[in-house]
Amino acid sequence: MSQRHAATGFPDEPLVRAVNVTKAFHGTEVLKGIDMDVHRGEVVVLCGPSGSGKTTFLRCINQLETIDGGRIWVDGDLMGYEDRGGTLHRLTDKRMAAQRRDIGMCFQRFNLFPHKTVLENVIEAPMQVKGTSRPQAEAAARELLDQVGLGDKPSAYPAQLSGGQQQRVAIARALAMDPKLMLFDEPTSALDPELVGEVLKVMRDLATRGMTMIVVTHEMGFAREVADRVVFIDAGAVVEEGPPDQCLGNPQHQRTRAFLSRMRREEAAHARAVVQTVTGTADALGAVGGLDDESTPSPDEAAGRHPTT
Amino acid sequence: MTSTSPDRPGAIHARPVQHPWRWVALAVIAVVAGMIVSSFVTNERWNFPFAFEIMQQSPVVEGLWKGTIFGTIGAMVLGIGLGVVLAVMRLSANPVLRGVAFVYTWFFRAIPRYVLLVLLGTGLGFLYPGFDIGVPFGQQIAGAVGLESDLTFFTLDYNSISSTIWVGILGLGLSEAAYMAEIARAGILSVDRGQAEAAQALGMPPGKTMRRIVLPQAMRVIVPPTGNETIAMVKDTSLLAAVPVIVELFYQSYQFGQRTFQIMPGIVAATIWYLIVCSILMVGQSWLERYFGRGFGVVPTRTQQKLAEIEADH
Ligand SMILES: Nc1ncnc2c1ncn2[C@@H]1O[C@H](COP(=O)(O)OP(=O)(O)O)[C@@H](O)[C@H]1O
Ligand SMILES: [Mg+2]
Repeated sequence: MSQRHAATGFPDEPLVRAVNVTKAFHGTEVLKGIDMDVHRGEVVVLCGPSGSGKTTFLRCINQLETIDGGRIWVDGDLMGYEDRGGTLHRLTDKRMAAQRRDIGMCFQRFNLFPHKTVLENVIEAPMQVKGTSRPQAEAAARELLDQVGLGDKPSAYPAQLSGGQQQRVAIARALAMDPKLMLFDEPTSALDPELVGEVLKVMRDLATRGMTMIVVTHEMGFAREVADRVVFIDAGAVVEEGPPDQCLGNPQHQRTRAFLSRMRREEAAHARAVVQTVTGTADALGAVGGLDDESTPSPDEAAGRHPTT
Repeated sequence: MTSTSPDRPGAIHARPVQHPWRWVALAVIAVVAGMIVSSFVTNERWNFPFAFEIMQQSPVVEGLWKGTIFGTIGAMVLGIGLGVVLAVMRLSANPVLRGVAFVYTWFFRAIPRYVLLVLLGTGLGFLYPGFDIGVPFGQQIAGAVGLESDLTFFTLDYNSISSTIWVGILGLGLSEAAYMAEIARAGILSVDRGQAEAAQALGMPPGKTMRRIVLPQAMRVIVPPTGNETIAMVKDTSLLAAVPVIVELFYQSYQFGQRTFQIMPGIVAATIWYLIVCSILMVGQSWLERYFGRGFGVVPTRTQQKLAEIEADH
């Protein structure tokens, strides 16, 4: 039965199939006909400039936003609608909730429940949605917390945790529903640089275990290492996609190239800022300045200083 | 080990800033307080000993429990429950529910409580001596098609309850709900949208999301003004006499004073009781604020600190 796709090496029937998805906010089209197949076990990294519609697309997949056109299927289920003899009927809130159970989502701002402890955050959905008994839910939650490296913090409140820890709890919370698909919306962009690694590590582990993941991120190192495919989105449309080496190493499209070189500049500027805070000397700026190509701004600009006039 | 040497400054023993005006203010207040207390003692019309006696009279105590305290609890339970429902209606996607909640709030905020209580206690009983519970328009339908039955299941004799505490609770509670709806709405809106979205993304249906995730967090914003509303309600139970419900603290203690030709002690007795009840409520309010503020950077409660210590010991 399990045929494999010739090109991707994944089983043929995709877990996520999005066809010609369109979405407008107040008359402004934000998604302009996105097609995307994600196969079981595949890790897809979505990247693209800010405002290009990446978040909106993720939110459309689990129906936090309703789409205006096109179709999205997850595991063969049409999301948000029921097709009755060619006419689409909007699903009730209850049935839509049921569709979302199998899709985990991690947000840029974590969105942990602040009035609940770490353990309560993780057991909430299994108990309330699936009706799992408390002992069972707690046992599973403790295992998941161990998996994300927070086995020692079950009774902490989110406010007592660092951003990286909070995002790892959020991942555990999503995994507690045993999802078949995980959506990540810039999971590390709100984190201090030194906390990014611990979250990416958890995500890498998850990918290794075969989780199907769609990840919006600008962490190019993660994309190169973990992604099976990179999809570059600009202005609500897919511009380019392919394996990370190709899409990031040798982009075909002018817009992809422009975006990537901007990303590299930002990364370099960031590295410089870190070095500056560490050494506190202007000399270090010059030393790191050589990392990048000629498009690099001068050290003065990168540090946000203006040359004296 | 800290060593102190001329070039390494040691512990600081600075003189605090002086606040002479605080002492002046204290002196002024002491004089004023002294004058008030002396008038309490020298003007025997205050007659505090008798006021304390009135406080303990059984009709007064009964009025306190059955009128003031029971009335407050009943009205606040009704007000909070209905208020939260109205707030959720106001924020619902259903335009009919939104409209109903809006009209309700508009109506009950515009009616003075005293007038509402008179209306319910006297007016309603005059209009509808009995409430027939049955099929809507049942009597008209039955008349039209010539049925024996008038489709009424049972009749509630309104006059038999029209001057009971229940009508008072109904009036105060209905009025309170309009205010609580606004408070609850502000509370719900104060919760970050990401919270409901996170719950939805986990597959929680909207009702559960509201009950389990949004409302508990909204409580942090809802509790302080609700405490104020409760304290205000204690005082508003003195309006129950408008229903008329006479088993109520102020009515009883004022009447007791009048009957004994000691008007001032009667009023003072009620005043002291109100002070006591409201003080207790204020303590309870600050406890509730701490409870619902958990997880929001509030100092952990003593139990939690204990638990943390125990965990640290292991
Ligand atoms: N709820 C909304 N209402 C109106 N406009 C929105 C809303 N959400 C997103 N947008 C707009 O849609 C566009 C795409 O946003 P988004 O999907 O967040 O982009 P990205 O995640 O790629 O930065 C932006 O121009 C944004 O302003
Ligand atoms: Mg985004």
